[in-house]
Amino acid sequence: MLRLSIINLLLVGILLLNLFMLGTSRIRALIQAAALQGVVLGVMPLLIAGYGTWTTGLIAIGTVALKGSVIPQMLRRALREAQIKREVEPLIGFVPTMLLGALGTLLSIAFASGLPLEPQHRELLIVPASFSTVVTGFLLLTTRIKAITQVIGYLVLENGIFIFGMLLVEAMPFLVEIGILLDLFVGIFVVSIIIHHINREFASLDTRLLASLKE
Amino acid sequence: MLLLALIASPVLAAGVAAALASESLRPYVLPAAAAGHLALSLVALSASNPSSLGGWLALDPPGRLVLLLLSVLFLICSIYVVGYLRYRRELSNRVFVPCLLLFLGMTTLVVCSQHVGLMWVAVEASTLATAPLIYFNRTPRSIEATWKYLLVGSVGIALALLGSFVLAYASLGDDPSLLFGDLLRRANRMNPSWLRVAFALLLVGYGTKMGLAPMHTWKPDAYGEAPGVVGALLAGGMTSCAFLALLRVFRICQAGGEGAYASRLLVVFGLLSIAVAAIFMLGQRDFKRMLAYSSIEHMGILVLGVGLGGYGIFAALLHMLNNGLTKGVLFLSAANIHRAFDSKSIDEVRGAMRRVPLSGTLFLFGFLAITGSPPFGPFVSEFLIVSRAFAADRFFVGGGLLLLLLVVFAGMGRTVLPMLQGQPSPEAERTSYHDGLLTGLPLVISMAIVLLFGLHIPSPIEALLRDAAAYLEMIPGAR
Repeated sequence: MLRLSIINLLLVGILLLNLFMLGTSRIRALIQAAALQGVVLGVMPLLIAGYGTWTTGLIAIGTVALKGSVIPQMLRRALREAQIKREVEPLIGFVPTMLLGALGTLLSIAFASGLPLEPQHRELLIVPASFSTVVTGFLLLTTRIKAITQVIGYLVLENGIFIFGMLLVEAMPFLVEIGILLDLFVGIFVVSIIIHHINREFASLDTRLLASLKE
Repeated sequence: MLLLALIASPVLAAGVAAALASESLRPYVLPAAAAGHLALSLVALSASNPSSLGGWLALDPPGRLVLLLLSVLFLICSIYVVGYLRYRRELSNRVFVPCLLLFLGMTTLVVCSQHVGLMWVAVEASTLATAPLIYFNRTPRSIEATWKYLLVGSVGIALALLGSFVLAYASLGDDPSLLFGDLLRRANRMNPSWLRVAFALLLVGYGTKMGLAPMHTWKPDAYGEAPGVVGALLAGGMTSCAFLALLRVFRICQAGGEGAYASRLLVVFGLLSIAVAAIFMLGQRDFKRMLAYSSIEHMGILVLGVGLGGYGIFAALLHMLNNGLTKGVLFLSAANIHRAFDSKSIDEVRGAMRRVPLSGTLFLFGFLAITGSPPFGPFVSEFLIVSRAFAADRFFVGGGLLLLLLVVFAGMGRTVLPMLQGQPSPEAERTSYHDGLLTGLPLVISMAIVLLFGLHIPSPIEALLRDAAAYLEMIPGAR
């Protein structure tokens, strides 16, 4: 029972981090929050599986290293090079996006309650936490104008998917999970290259400058 | 082994191309690798049931069709690229050529994957391989296009991953296999609510890769800024692979008893895509962006055909072949016109027929074909889809489709015809581009196949089509 309570506590923590990310204007804090979320997610497979084989351990270490350290480092470097500190003028204000995020969380909980779960997952908040995190990522992607904030939005979306993956951590082969981690890394790698190029070409990471292509 | 070789050979060729030091020799790796790929594909198509890696790699009947399309289209494009790159000597092709080959390898992997997770990884890998292709011109506009392509594409693929997870959870039981064959057998024990969520997520995810509205926003930018040959490969190859992924998921949904729900979604997304494309095609002044909207329209027609069921599925598969090859002609001839005028706006391009007669004529034929004029292939497949709508008593769907096709014809015609007719204006400078063998012949071959499909579908192709349609309609153990 204690194990389940700890997992649910961590999931609630993730939900709170979601709201914090929607409310903050400081990009550094946003990166920090996304990194913290990544670390929490990294240890979760160990708690869910309830035992530590060397593959689960490896996945945990890999996730914590990638989501908690490597990717945030890359983002911070991009931030330094672009010399930006905060997201000003989001397309929708910080408070309204927070409210939207809260609404998304409520809807996720309502939606998830209609979906049947395996007995061992019924006590857990995995499905609502997953959907709510996906919604948070989506909101960050669509309402922020800095390229770097949009990348963080994508990372948060990935976090939401990772949470859903917890439901499968016992049953599914690890090959798929490792493939996903690799893919995440490659995706971020390419995105960071793009950030680099956008920065060099436009001297800014403001995606509103990327608006010459439209109808 | 055969399938492994099919996937590995382009990847190895990419390595060779990356290692070659000579800028002028490197493009020749492409036709060589493409010819090898087509030869291996034909061997694989004639083999009864090739499979590798314990069933993770196999060719299902719809996969056979897509493999053939992909291989032929890539060969056509690879010959063209050799000619194209001679006009772009100022840019290094050190990344471009290997990435084209990686694209072929990864899309072949999508076609051969019989595992939900592996197929997803392959779609993601082919997206990453194509991003540097869109960035080939190294202009601020191409960065913008690449950025949108990667961001929107990654979000779509991420949602497809979530959909794959949901599908896996729906199928959870004593057997954890995620092979499509095993999923199909267990489909009637899957929970319908989870199955619905899975299909919706996978439709949005792979639909983003196809470019269905409203997830199409990357498409006009990417196709507009990328070299024409990349547009041809994306619009004919990548989208067909994403369509194949969707078909496989649709089949599981049908076997799980949610076929009606899935079909409804497909019809809605299909009609919406055609409508959005028709609206944006009216008054479009950039002819490469116009082709992107045409691609969105035809992706809509594909999923609409599948959603209508019955012989609509056969028609959609035929239309996939027709669309892929016609898009090849259109994008490549548009690229030639772009090269000859150094502009892709119809405000500056006039009299293309006089300046580049071959490309102009092929562009005109391509336009007539893609808008469904006889005697070209797309006429047959579009006619079948419209008639299926009326045969299934879906009068509003059929009527709406006809109306939208008419709008598209008018919209495209208003962009295409002024480009081709008249005299090139004096200020539109003559560039060094002339229609040549390498940039002309591949298009002629592609156009000839499209014409052939309109007059008579060769019996081996028809057999492949019938097998694939039957495979998608006959679901073992459906409830």
